[in-house]
Amino acid sequence: MATHCVDRELLNDWHIVADRESLSQDKPFPTRLLGVDLIVRERAGSFEVIRDDTGVALKSAERYGFIWTCLGTPRRDIVFIPEANEADRHLVSGGSIAVKVSGLRAVENFLDMGHFPFVHTGWLGEEPHTEVAPYNVEITAEDEVLATECKFYQPIASPTAREGFVVDYIYKVIRPYTVALYKSNPIQKHRLDVITLFVQPVDEENCIAHPYLCYLKDGMEAATVRSFMQLIFAQDKPILENQVPKRLPLDPRAETPIRADAVSVSYRRWLRDRAVTYGAIPAQV
Amino acid sequence: MLEAARSQWHPIAAAHDLPFRHVFHGQLLGREFAVWRADDGYINIWENRCLHRGVRLSIGINDGRELKCQYHGWRYSNRTAGCTYIPAHPADAPARTITNRTFPAVERYGLVWSSEEPLGEVPDVAGLAEGKLLALRGIPVNAPADKVVEKLKAYRFQPTGAIDGNGAEIAVEAAQDFAVALRSRAGAAETVGVFFVQPVDSNRSVIRGVLDQDAEGAARIAILRHHNERLSKLRDEVERDVANAPAPAPIEPIYERVSAELAEMPELTAHGRKAALRVAVARKWRTADGIAGFELRPVKGILPTFQPGAHIDVHMPNGEIRQYSITNGPGETGSFTIGVKLEPDSKGGSKCMHETVREGDVLAISEPRNNFPLRRDAIKTIFVAGGIGITPLLAMAQALKNQELTHELHYFAQGEQHLAFADRLAELGDALKPHLGLSPDATGAELRRVLAEYRNGMHLYICGPGPMLEAARRIAAEQGWPDSAVHFEYFKNTNKIDDSSSFEVALARSCVTLQVPAGKTILQVMRESGIDVPSSCEQGACGTCVATVIEGEPDHQDVYLNDAERKAGTKIMTCVSRAKSARLVLDI
Repeated sequence: MATHCVDRELLNDWHIVADRESLSQDKPFPTRLLGVDLIVRERAGSFEVIRDDTGVALKSAERYGFIWTCLGTPRRDIVFIPEANEADRHLVSGGSIAVKVSGLRAVENFLDMGHFPFVHTGWLGEEPHTEVAPYNVEITAEDEVLATECKFYQPIASPTAREGFVVDYIYKVIRPYTVALYKSNPIQKHRLDVITLFVQPVDEENCIAHPYLCYLKDGMEAATVRSFMQLIFAQDKPILENQVPKRLPLDPRAETPIRADAVSVSYRRWLRDRAVTYGAIPAQV
Repeated sequence: MLEAARSQWHPIAAAHDLPFRHVFHGQLLGREFAVWRADDGYINIWENRCLHRGVRLSIGINDGRELKCQYHGWRYSNRTAGCTYIPAHPADAPARTITNRTFPAVERYGLVWSSEEPLGEVPDVAGLAEGKLLALRGIPVNAPADKVVEKLKAYRFQPTGAIDGNGAEIAVEAAQDFAVALRSRAGAAETVGVFFVQPVDSNRSVIRGVLDQDAEGAARIAILRHHNERLSKLRDEVERDVANAPAPAPIEPIYERVSAELAEMPELTAHGRKAALRVAVARKWRTADGIAGFELRPVKGILPTFQPGAHIDVHMPNGEIRQYSITNGPGETGSFTIGVKLEPDSKGGSKCMHETVREGDVLAISEPRNNFPLRRDAIKTIFVAGGIGITPLLAMAQALKNQELTHELHYFAQGEQHLAFADRLAELGDALKPHLGLSPDATGAELRRVLAEYRNGMHLYICGPGPMLEAARRIAAEQGWPDSAVHFEYFKNTNKIDDSSSFEVALARSCVTLQVPAGKTILQVMRESGIDVPSSCEQGACGTCVATVIEGEPDHQDVYLNDAERKAGTKIMTCVSRAKSARLVLDI
């Protein structure tokens, strides 16, 4: 499904198209963004991104260990992550994970606490601790969706957790396909580990999730952070790939929200207000 | 042809595709189904998507009574497809209107049949007698159904009695849009095979063959293999034939929108004392000393979804209305079972049920309402039942038992012969703790023992006669149980109602201000002004007529709210409670 993207906000923004570490010097790397086939290849010590149909080189950049590109004219810079400048953090990619579903569904799943006991059983949640307590959602001055005071009981919240505890979360949708979560570190409880999920919209019904982890090094190996992320994401993938329809419906009556879904209700409304349609089923008017 | 196919019955699975606690992924005319058989034998054919976030229910868990979604653990009931529990909000009863779309299911000729909008019954097939048939393995084909049917007319197979031979004579007995009946003859051996073609999608089909005779052991395997090989060859030929033609576009199923009020996740909307359902008394029996059991079956259609703790209003032949808790376990949706204790000072309710109502009688009942919802996120749940107070707690205990959640049911009764619903109690095993023939003092001592050692995360549910309920609540409080962990339901409000005050009630959402004079309730005054408010017991016990107080000080006279809720002053039972302030503002 290679639908043509008409959303200016997406066309004129930066998107990840490859993890720097998975590229090789001598072999071009084919990928796809917003339905457009691309080639990422090495040239004179850096990487360039070429449109496969026209052969034209696109604007590209390397940041946070990823290769970025923009199909149109970038209207703003790549998302800034202040934690990436803190020396006592591991800065690692969680691997590039292809998921056969709209990237907007992947973002919404990332915002969801209610599924922890059922999908991440024994790690991020465990029956009978299933309640999602009320939390706050707001649209910030920077026009981001922010959910605060999210709390959930987790048996093994992170690779260094030794016992279950109630974890504090903050969620922030930064751009339509970019979402971050901040959760309390089990050792330094006043500081937050950060996971930013950059979702590459391959087409309307396929995406590649690139999690970028900024975890405090205290008591933890980088490889452990990465494998924990992969364990968790591998649990989400089969659920996401069984969502019907694959695109995210923006009609409030397409699905049944509950109070626990306050942040996804805001996210869907925010997408609607920004006229994002790529990967979505627009609301009936 | 495919448009007309929507109103026809089609096989969507073989009966053997629905083994114990499996969920089968079916598809018809582009629409996916989750197909599952409950332990009571009922076959459920549902839209294959959870109403919450669209996850396929075919990857869900069939626990024999309910289907549980893998994503957020929402539970849907056998038969009704109504949602019975939302784990993210354990203290709330889900809105009754959260109900998945269901499709009709009929089991016939070893196959399971369904239809989007059926006209008439599953067709009778000449030559296929029930009972001695052999359903072949379904053969999927990537081709439109009409192409498959065309090819099947030339299908050749050996009759069952001469399976190893060759060159049997084949006659086409009948051919329709989606089925071909063939007779194969070789000497004295003769077999009729009916081959139904299930239109899975515009370009996909499944051949579901049924033979008119069964076989055992090795002979059976030889027959199945014979057809497997030949139908597979036929599939290859059809697929080759259609490979050059452009494939028709897949059928896009239309998903119904959820109701407008669900999209906003509002308050439950119910109505006044209405009896929308008609049920027949299928069985009436003496389930304990002085307690009659009633099994109520719908006169037509199916009953609505209930949740543990729910009650129904029963409208009796003598005009009385009483509330009875549903004792059913999860997924037990074919009938409602209630228990009625004969009250010695009965004003006509229980006396009428015991003496007048007989098997076969038709009663009017309300839809189930749940004002006593069961949390399922407790580390341990303790139920304390006194006498007939067992009924709601029995439904709850069966639900926790089904989910293997830790619980104890303490059942206080005068003696063995007073324990109701012995069959259901027996299924609870060690979780049932009967306490028989105790004096009030001994009951208190026993409660102190049972309610010792409160830990955070435990929950207590109490139902029984007023004095015992008061004692249990007091003892729980003394032993450190917080109000938020203690849930209770009174049978009736024995408080003496003082209705001498008069005050003003402003209904914020309705933009109406009403005068409530002495001798009338808020509920009555609202009804007189045409404002429809749900109610049930109308004596301050059941919680149905609750309203939110925005302003003013309520004068609580009910037994539904707990002390913390009373103190907070944000809720009021409009059927009995009044105002201490001159004015109340309600969120109605």
